[in-house]
Amino acid sequence: MTTTHTTGDFLIRGASLLAETTADLLLSDGRIAAVGPDAAADARAAAATVIEANGLVALPGMVDLHTHLREPGREDAETVETGTRAAALGGFTAVHAMANSNPVADTAGVVEQVWSLGRRSGWVDVRPVGAVTVGLAGERLSELGAMADSRARVRVFSDDGICVSDPVLMRRALEYVKAFDGVIAQHAQEPRLTEGAQMNEGEVSAVLGLAGWPAVAEESIIARDVLLAQHVGSRLHVCHVSTKGSVEIIRWAKERGIQVTAEVTPHHLLLTDELVRTYDPVYKVNPPLRREEDVMALRAALADGTIDVIGTDHAPHPSESKECEWAQAAMGMTGLETALSVVQHAMIETGLITWADFARITSTVPATIGRLEDQGRPLAAGEPANLVLVDPAARWTVDPSTMATKGRNSPFRGLELPGAVVATFYRGHPTVLDGALNTPVPLDGEA
Amino acid sequence: MKHLLSTLDLSREDAIRILDIAEEMAAVGTREVKKLPALRGRTVVNLFFEDSTRTRISFEAAAKRLSADVINFAAKGSSVSKGESLKDTAQTLQAIGADAVVIRHWASGAPARLAATDWIDAPVVNAGDGTHEHPTQALLDAFTLRRHWARANGTGSLGTGLAGMKVAIVGDILHSRVARSNLWLLRTLGAEVTMVAPPTLLPVAADSWPCTINYDLDDALAAGPDAVMMLRVQAERMNAAFFPNAREYSRRWGFDDARLAALDDHGLAQTLILHPGPMNRGLEISSGAADSSRSAVLDQVSNGVAVRMAVLYLLLSGDQQRTAN
Repeated sequence: MTTTHTTGDFLIRGASLLAETTADLLLSDGRIAAVGPDAAADARAAAATVIEANGLVALPGMVDLHTHLREPGREDAETVETGTRAAALGGFTAVHAMANSNPVADTAGVVEQVWSLGRRSGWVDVRPVGAVTVGLAGERLSELGAMADSRARVRVFSDDGICVSDPVLMRRALEYVKAFDGVIAQHAQEPRLTEGAQMNEGEVSAVLGLAGWPAVAEESIIARDVLLAQHVGSRLHVCHVSTKGSVEIIRWAKERGIQVTAEVTPHHLLLTDELVRTYDPVYKVNPPLRREEDVMALRAALADGTIDVIGTDHAPHPSESKECEWAQAAMGMTGLETALSVVQHAMIETGLITWADFARITSTVPATIGRLEDQGRPLAAGEPANLVLVDPAARWTVDPSTMATKGRNSPFRGLELPGAVVATFYRGHPTVLDGALNTPVPLDGEA
Repeated sequence: MKHLLSTLDLSREDAIRILDIAEEMAAVGTREVKKLPALRGRTVVNLFFEDSTRTRISFEAAAKRLSADVINFAAKGSSVSKGESLKDTAQTLQAIGADAVVIRHWASGAPARLAATDWIDAPVVNAGDGTHEHPTQALLDAFTLRRHWARANGTGSLGTGLAGMKVAIVGDILHSRVARSNLWLLRTLGAEVTMVAPPTLLPVAADSWPCTINYDLDDALAAGPDAVMMLRVQAERMNAAFFPNAREYSRRWGFDDARLAALDDHGLAQTLILHPGPMNRGLEISSGAADSSRSAVLDQVSNGVAVRMAVLYLLLSGDQQRTAN
């Protein structure tokens, strides 16, 4: 793949669209101008930069419903700039920035700030998530309508990191966001059942003497919430589903026609609580790593559509938050730059899903849940040119020290994984080329 | 053996070697001059993040009887205090030139972190970590039990395990590092273990452990254990709904005078009573039981010094040999 310049029109030659059909793509003026024989025949193709994409799979740009960008407040852990660089390298063209910043994203002012920082950085669309409750305190609703009406156009609301455990407050939130087609993304964790919890409660926690985090603490909240969503006829999104029992409850709810969607993280598709035996806090995460049978149930649920999307729960932390005793360590793992490879490894190479399914769970459906009109679109003429070229045959060894995220807390450190993002096109422009950051597409933050 | 972090990863061979060396060390403790030159010039740091006078002085006595220099470092720290990090403390000890670190910590796995990271090179001895393990306590319990078992069988202790011995461990299993370390070590040495506790004070996955579970202490005593190990009930469990109140706990799971008499009724003349201390007299154990001829509580304390001498000797003299080579 050779390029002479990185602006203007692009002719992507011989890409395998969703690993189904091989075709050329012409990108012009932020859109896919033509697909197939029309692309090379187009008058603009002659002057376009040619990207040779033989052997590469073209996918719609990935959309993350669950990213912690840490700004404002914890710029030592991550900034919008570093987090969105990581996102572009990982094949994303849009991320949802979780609300647990400092100050919390619970007002129009804070969500507009995050949105504006994202536009100035220009690596991906940054869509702020609004806090459900003021200060994530679980006591009264934030100004959900003001955030929805702001320039950030918030549609996803979540107290992620903390469960909206009060059933009345949860009911009201679910009802209220119907006024602007919003969705509540619930962090399902019954707080009393998880006081001081350190890891999945089971055989491993019994041996390690770490306070257990029972599956029922997640499952009981999901069961309650799907019934609430049914009762009030609202949309519910369940963040980072981690147990087999949760899958069964969501499957039941979907069979009854309840409007529930669910997400799983890449790490919950691959890692188990056996890793905690090292007491290395890089494996400390919320929800915790579960058992092998949970991992298998999550994979099956993602394959059969019970779980709708991949959400990275990218959670960077400074090294001092992990270089300590397990109980002292912060919860969370980075994920933006490994998501594609982990999902390819856990889901595609195991034969559970195809690349077309991958596009659905990492782009189409998350964009639909987040109500992002320019994302998750088909690779077709006239559509926005948000897409990624992947080399599925590549193999690489994860080295957190070389990542664009500030976080070094990757649980995949040292693991050899398949699949590499070769190029990411955001609004028709390559933010990533030859597997390295190229240039962003800064937009006026005040637009 | 580079570190002593848990009994789960302790081989039978290493366990018996520690116990055999401890027999030799115990003999030193009976001499007028209770001192060996084995670790002269070496520095042992007792790094205690949690109060424990008993364990600390036991390790201190052990190190001093081997002629090591001892530094006591009481780094009292809670999960919320903003004290020095474990990493900085460890690197400080490394810079000071500690040859071994004996660590007591409120956080499960803290000794394992010290051993796994490059913060410090010295051998690490776990002196109790959170609700995880307390391997030297289990070793001193095994030492006490082995002497008793050998005597009962008319053999010597050296080189032997605990094959066929039946041990009941009674109390707050869920939060007990002593129970975990004893379970793994006693099984490694061939004993059969019964855990006796209210269901709330057993881990949910205890049925995966290599032991019998019994909720009924009287039933467990009727089964004829060769030793009964009573565990301390922590005050903070009282108000967390693990059991209704101290009196009900005591009635159902306390080793009281009636249960002491029941051992005689069952014809269990040889059955020993152990307690790692400190005891809550009148709660999990009555004074009658604690002070009875069956009680091995004070033997446990003196055996603790011998066992810890053996552990320090093995970790440090082994290191010395490697350096010499």
